[in-house]
Amino acid sequence: MTTPPTPQPQAQPQQAPPQAYAPAPQGAPVPQGGPVPPGGAPMAPPPAAPAPPSAWQQAMNNAYTSPIPVRKTHLGNALASEWTKIKSVRSTMWTLGVFFLLVVGIGLLVAGQTQDRDYADVPFTIPAFFGLVLGQICLITLGVLVTSSEYGTGMIRTTFTASPQRYRVLAAKILIFFVIAFVVSAGSILLVGLMTSGMHSGPEAGDVDWSGTVLKGGLYVSLLGVLALAAGSMLRHSAGAITAMLGVVLVPAILPVFLMISEGTRPLGEKMMDYNAINSLAKIFEMDGEGGGTSQLLLLVGVTVAAIAGAFALLEKRDV
Amino acid sequence: MIELEGLTKRYGEKMAVNNLTFTVHPGIVTGFLGPNGAGKSTTMRMMLGLDNPTAGAARIDGKRYAQLKDPLKYIGALLDAKAMHGGRSAFNHLLCLAQSNGIPRARVHEVLDTVGLTQVAGKKAKGFSLGMGQRLGIAGALLGDPEILMFDEPVNGLDPEGIHWIRNLMKSLASQGRTVFVSSHLMSEMALTADHLVVIGQGRLLADTSMADFIRQNSRSYVRLRTPQRERLLDVLHQEGVTVVEAGNGTFEVDGTPSEDLGELAARHQLVLHELSPQQASLEEAFMRLTAESVEYHAHADHAGSGAAPPPPGQGGDWGAGWQQQRKRS
Ligand SMILES: Nc1ncnc2c1ncn2[C@@H]1O[C@H](COP(=O)(O)OP(=O)(O)O)[C@@H](O)[C@H]1O
Ligand SMILES: [Mg+2]
Repeated sequence: MTTPPTPQPQAQPQQAPPQAYAPAPQGAPVPQGGPVPPGGAPMAPPPAAPAPPSAWQQAMNNAYTSPIPVRKTHLGNALASEWTKIKSVRSTMWTLGVFFLLVVGIGLLVAGQTQDRDYADVPFTIPAFFGLVLGQICLITLGVLVTSSEYGTGMIRTTFTASPQRYRVLAAKILIFFVIAFVVSAGSILLVGLMTSGMHSGPEAGDVDWSGTVLKGGLYVSLLGVLALAAGSMLRHSAGAITAMLGVVLVPAILPVFLMISEGTRPLGEKMMDYNAINSLAKIFEMDGEGGGTSQLLLLVGVTVAAIAGAFALLEKRDV
Repeated sequence: MIELEGLTKRYGEKMAVNNLTFTVHPGIVTGFLGPNGAGKSTTMRMMLGLDNPTAGAARIDGKRYAQLKDPLKYIGALLDAKAMHGGRSAFNHLLCLAQSNGIPRARVHEVLDTVGLTQVAGKKAKGFSLGMGQRLGIAGALLGDPEILMFDEPVNGLDPEGIHWIRNLMKSLASQGRTVFVSSHLMSEMALTADHLVVIGQGRLLADTSMADFIRQNSRSYVRLRTPQRERLLDVLHQEGVTVVEAGNGTFEVDGTPSEDLGELAARHQLVLHELSPQQASLEEAFMRLTAESVEYHAHADHAGSGAAPPPPGQGGDWGAGWQQQRKRS
């Protein structure tokens, strides 16, 4: 049997429906098309058609036009949409609420246990560190969910049907998430700093400038969240992406213990020790008494930018 | 107007959509018919730019979907009623879609009203029944008041009232001059709603014809006879040159001779008839035959490579068999 004839793109289905049936078995009634032009010559365009206009031809002349004005969509539309999306799901309130409670709650507990002289040469924001170590998991979870939940629920098809410019959707997600995460995290750290300085305003406490720790601390955990968002976009699976991100945070904090055992792997272990997320936060909050964390922050910026680039690269290519 | 040109999608070894070329015209309901696994959803995903075609292209008013600047005002699509975040309220779901295309908020209230979900606009989508989810999906499709609408199996799993509502909606949308493209695996459903019919099987185009033509060409009419005098009936019909097929249980089927003529013939020869009834083969049967052929074609093409035994040659009575086989494959 040969390939059945490929149907011609038809101009007038009513006049001569092309029959593209596979060869019919013997004995079965063979469906026959209407009058087929001799030699299968291409049909005349609609205006030249001798036949009376068919239903759809008439309809074409008064094809539907909407009264809603047509405007070019832009990033602003995508930002408004993503803002509505993120604030209209429970997981946002949950993760950010728990984050806030952890940072401020643990911060208050720690501040209450410390004396004025503990702040002689460390910033007042130090109590926020302990909550952040746990709270970063919340931002990671929210970051992952911003992208992966759309894949999990099937919403992504609706989203990309409404906005076929996929890069714009991802860019809007990143911007909206980053701003929210930064405002909430820096705000929480600021609050802890203000409360601690209020509680320990005695002469024994030094006046170490702590504004940098608010910005850098907020930036660090927000970037971790953006990294998680990019991971969610690439892996498209909530549990998988959250697990991967926990690995990124925890493995470099635990592995050095084993890497230190052998001489060969010791340098690698020391680097991991230096740059893992928990130690990076400790450095940012000047736990070791000296300011820093800039190179740790830069490393995270680099990793996050690379992950975002990967997410964008995969975004356009893949089917959804 | 939607134009498909050689649209093809391959998943590994599997040809899900195979060189589809057809046009969806405005102002009518075009039915997209094919058994489960025929490639309807895949075709629609490619039309919407969600899946990348292996070859060929789909164009909307001459543009690729990704080139549309304001897609919701061009096309509204309902692919899957569950394609939404269950934790978001109906209103917010529609609002975020509207905002992404710069559609005013007031329009969200309008479409909620159109689909009858105003009462539950603040409720989470995950608490919705299938029918309500379907309505919400349709509200999303109507948001941009688009000239083209696309529905993938919209009546699946709906109760009779929901089915009725969707049928009427599609007809009224088309009567406003919009392009309506709707898929189904049920011929009977298409017969009720579609003006034009595109049939696919195994990813291939099997028919592209107006519904009226399809019905005219595919509803075989014949006359069923039943008689206790089998031998005599066969004799008489043979003498008259009428071909007859025995259909079991003492019934006979005659093609191409009106029942009036057969009745008079029987009276003249004093034959006892227990039944004389004109019959129409259903469109469902015509559809099965069409798709069964595509399976057959497919199996023959496979034969050389896979060594699978070719199915028995199709006969009238084997339509069902072909259908069963088709279902097992998909
Ligand atoms: N993402 C996918 N990966 C692999 N195979 C797929 C995928 N999507 C669809 N298919 C296969 O392609 C064929 C057509 O599927 P589909 O378009 O869903 O058919 P229909 O909607 O007509 O029931 C089926 O055999 C299906 O198994
Ligand atoms: Mg389907």
